[in-house]
Amino acid sequence: MIKNISNLGDTAVYCNFGSEVNESINANVIDYFNHLSKLIKEKKVEGITNLTPSYNKLIISFDLTITNYKTIKNLIEGLTIHRDIKNNNQKIKIPVCCDDEYGLDLIRLTKKLSINKNQILELYFNKEYFCYMTGFIAGMPFLGDLNKNIRCERLETPRVKMPKGSIGITEQFANIYTFESPGGWNIIGNTPKKIFDDKNLDQPALINPGDKVSFYQITKEEYLNWNE
Amino acid sequence: MNKSYFEVLRAGVNTTIQDKGRNHLYHVGIAISGAIDQRNFALSNKLVENQLNEAVVEFAYQGPLLKLKNGKINFAISGDIFFKIIRKNLEVEEGECYKGYILEEEDQIDIISTKNSTYGYLAVNGGYDLKKAWGSYSINTKANIGPNEGKKYSLNDKIFIKKPNIKNLNKKNINYNYSTDNIIRIIKGTNFDYFSKEAIDKFFSEDFLVTNLVDRMGIRLKGPKLENIVNTNIKSEGLVRGVIQVPADGNPIIMLSDHGTVGGYPKIGVVIAADLDIIGQLTPGTKINFKEVSLEEAQNIFKAYTDETNKYLNECN
Repeated sequence: MIKNISNLGDTAVYCNFGSEVNESINANVIDYFNHLSKLIKEKKVEGITNLTPSYNKLIISFDLTITNYKTIKNLIEGLTIHRDIKNNNQKIKIPVCCDDEYGLDLIRLTKKLSINKNQILELYFNKEYFCYMTGFIAGMPFLGDLNKNIRCERLETPRVKMPKGSIGITEQFANIYTFESPGGWNIIGNTPKKIFDDKNLDQPALINPGDKVSFYQITKEEYLNWNE
Repeated sequence: MNKSYFEVLRAGVNTTIQDKGRNHLYHVGIAISGAIDQRNFALSNKLVENQLNEAVVEFAYQGPLLKLKNGKINFAISGDIFFKIIRKNLEVEEGECYKGYILEEEDQIDIISTKNSTYGYLAVNGGYDLKKAWGSYSINTKANIGPNEGKKYSLNDKIFIKKPNIKNLNKKNINYNYSTDNIIRIIKGTNFDYFSKEAIDKFFSEDFLVTNLVDRMGIRLKGPKLENIVNTNIKSEGLVRGVIQVPADGNPIIMLSDHGTVGGYPKIGVVIAADLDIIGQLTPGTKINFKEVSLEEAQNIFKAYTDETNKYLNECN
């Protein structure tokens, strides 16, 4: 379960579930997240302001005027977590246009990975991905795992503005920039699909942890005429 | 009786509505937002006898030029701000921060600029007439959440005011000296040991310059390259306000209120809660230094910071 607990500054607790990324460790993180969310909703804990689950970490932010690191750490250590058997996995399909004006880093990647554009795209589109987490910007899904032949590092200096809808890859992961934002991932295409809906208060993100996502290619014409 | 509102005659650089912020949404990728300088935000509300968490107008650098339509209000501005009040008869008054004013119909507030800081706050008695989004009035321009469709204000927009024409318009003030500091106190980050001994020495001894890449999301610094000896990428994980990430180019980035909720660059440190107001106000071209404190020290410093804020709030009369 949790390998170790430390402080992230003076207003957050850092729970480390391990260094590997896999569905089983991620499920542990989500179990803790669900358990704590319930305690917060039922007002059984005080002062927690945010929970941020990721591949293999859970960060618990708190209000230092109400509680502190030691109190939250004790709370976490005292929890008994039951495996959440609730299965809310959805299968989602995302359209992507990979023309050069959308696939900003494709040409650079062909050099870096020493394979051609078609091969990169074939390897990318030929797989179903697991959603480990959402975050960074509203509704951005973190998906895995990419085929080994198209894995690459983040950009050395992140871009100041990444276009909305950009499909990014780095290491074994893929994501979708749901809004224009700064970002450091390698962009291979762009989707016209709405991934985040702020009018849907219960579930604003289209893709949530545990979901399975696949991508399919569309033409520029289909992209421009996309209608939801 | 028609509703009172401010007509935006000049929008300013980045004029939004902010409050204490929006919680419990990090897991879907929505930042806390909220006023960058929480103490000045609270003081502005106190000056107009509001609840301390009432929504206020936050502006950056050059602020807005606002004309009051319908009614009469009490307002106050906090921060380190150069502003004027232009009365209906065109008489011009030099404005003072931390002081309540009465504004009559057709009078204007001209917020010309911040001085040695980035953000200032404009509060009106009774607050602004807006709708909350996910429990907060804060405008998050990155995700387009909050009042004004989640966008910063532009020319000709209207900012409605809740309850004008209150009977007793008090003019309060607080004897507050706005001050800033170039020494930023931090706690070691979770990837502190990713950096070489030389990098750590430089981090605590050399100057870091605040670059032009500063907004409500974060501050990019420029300084000696901080050499990473383990890995320049980590698996993306949660961030909080004040985290200092170091990307492969070695230049630190400090997270502010609209920061991305997760990040994949190593965390060398985290600015302590008591210094978050100060870092948020840093202007491009400023040089800063980092100083390490323990968790226990940080908690004591935070207590002192809270006590000091309360002292000013209590002195308001």
